[in-house]
Amino acid sequence: MFEFSYNTTLVAIGSGLLGAAAGTIGTFTVLRKRSLASDAVGHAALPGVAIAFMVGLLLGIEGRSLFVLLVGGIIAAGIGLYLIEAITRHTRLNADAAIGAVLSVSFGLGVVLLTVIQTLPTGGQAGLEDFILGSAASMIRQDVYLIGGVSALVIGLVVLFHRAMVITAFDRSYALTSGVNPDRIDLLIMALSLVVVVAGLKAAGAILVVALMIIPPTSARFWTNNAVTQTVLSALIGASCASSGALVSAIGDALPTGPVMVLLCAAVFLFSMIFAPANGLLANERRRAQLRHRLRQAARND
Amino acid sequence: MTEFFQLTFAPLMIAVLASCICALLGNFLILRRQALIGDAISHTALPGIVGAFLVTGTIAAIPMMIGAAISGLITVGLIELIKRLTKIEPGAAIGAVFTTMFALGVIVLEQTDTSGIHIDVQHALYGNLESLIWFSGQDFRSLIDPAALRDLPVQIPRLLLILVIVSGFIVCFWRPLVISTFDEDYAKSVGVPVSMTGFLLISLTAITAVACFDAVGSILVIAMFVCPPAAARLMTDRIWVQILWSLLFAALGGALGVILAGYGPLWFGFENAVSAAGMIATVSGIVLAAACFLGPRRKSVVGAD
Repeated sequence: MFEFSYNTTLVAIGSGLLGAAAGTIGTFTVLRKRSLASDAVGHAALPGVAIAFMVGLLLGIEGRSLFVLLVGGIIAAGIGLYLIEAITRHTRLNADAAIGAVLSVSFGLGVVLLTVIQTLPTGGQAGLEDFILGSAASMIRQDVYLIGGVSALVIGLVVLFHRAMVITAFDRSYALTSGVNPDRIDLLIMALSLVVVVAGLKAAGAILVVALMIIPPTSARFWTNNAVTQTVLSALIGASCASSGALVSAIGDALPTGPVMVLLCAAVFLFSMIFAPANGLLANERRRAQLRHRLRQAARND
Repeated sequence: MTEFFQLTFAPLMIAVLASCICALLGNFLILRRQALIGDAISHTALPGIVGAFLVTGTIAAIPMMIGAAISGLITVGLIELIKRLTKIEPGAAIGAVFTTMFALGVIVLEQTDTSGIHIDVQHALYGNLESLIWFSGQDFRSLIDPAALRDLPVQIPRLLLILVIVSGFIVCFWRPLVISTFDEDYAKSVGVPVSMTGFLLISLTAITAVACFDAVGSILVIAMFVCPPAAARLMTDRIWVQILWSLLFAALGGALGVILAGYGPLWFGFENAVSAAGMIATVSGIVLAAACFLGPRRKSVVGAD
């Protein structure tokens, strides 16, 4: 059947780690209601990637070194995040307008820079378009190591701080009384989500990477009411959808990676929404029917 | 002169028209805190168009608009459904729905053979403004020459029509729109058709997103919905003045964007143009940034500066 080359396997593993990291930190961004801010941050990274490429060219560094591009992406994403906060705090525009503005303008700037790069004699631009919809197939071994390493780091930090994060998400005042600084934890959550989003640009693309941080956590929610269990499940769902998505996209024809990953996540979401025993629709319906039955029994016995 | 009319005039007109239509609707979207719903609808315009193509085999204007309206309504419907069924926060619901629908649209687009009809994912993402050439455009006289005008890119009359429809909607529904935007409960209590107004606003947003698709692609439409009205919001407290400011900023962004994209590189000694759509979004962003620093009504009511 299919022959999984060494490279394809590596890509699957790297993508899996990315999916796990996205599912992990995504649980907290959803809890803190910052999902779409992460979307804007992902788009904001694009001009940073383009500028990093051009700077790299000027300095003679291999312009497509993923590390260089991601550093540029992280700086730009950080600026984008700062701008969203600044607009929301210092003007009378709401968070949604700030997010929409930063998202679209930075994407536009990114596109302009992409077209500038296209005209440069080196023509190495071809790799940069992959950052929009994702291309696991074009990941080389160093990319996998970088992305996998960053993802593992993020997962490690979440494990380390998970208690503080859960407390901050659910009860800020209790957090304050138990020695947790909620503002710093919020900052940590946003910083980690920023790193994951930028790391995910190559595999899933700027437009859809945020889905890896939204759909697995919400799917996991149907299976459990416990925040830690939800995080673990979300990581597993994210890992499996991301790695299978990378595989399918690498093997298939004309299948950008981001969309495939998202559709797999959506399938899991649908299944969870309907069939999960804890909070799924069928389970809820069965519980409601049982309750109705019991109430009727009780009424008859009166 | 000929070069201007052939290559730049049509993109200029289209950019200005598209920006203005988006700004008109965008004012209400941001006042109703539906900017991100507008974002979602702009993304889901793509599967709407793809769906219309699958059903009808063409990308004629009417099926596309219908496809867009349907997909816009599906988007909003699904978002509400998921919010209701899963208790997840609105941002996550929006994100889940639009990414899934957009992903579906991209996959179907990549897998079907659309080479004959000029849609591909590139254009879906950042439009195709630079390629809208007016072959018969020679000079000012072409503007009043019916034969030359027939040759104008079809986007121009289409956008003019949509401008009329959207303006008509705003004029006819002014009272329901304004009241339901600022105080929905009061609106319902005095019998204002809140649902219908909201429904029409969403449908027109979807249709506009698709009409501007050709010009700037689905992602940058968001910039046109959000930035000029947001900048205008910082200029004034009065809604009709805000609308006027937003039209000014929109036209400015559209026109400057096209001109800078087409001629800017030449001024710097480069040969090729850069993305007009991207430049429009960038210019709109700069205008918004200026408004954030200089707008007379920029301060938030609560909180320090």
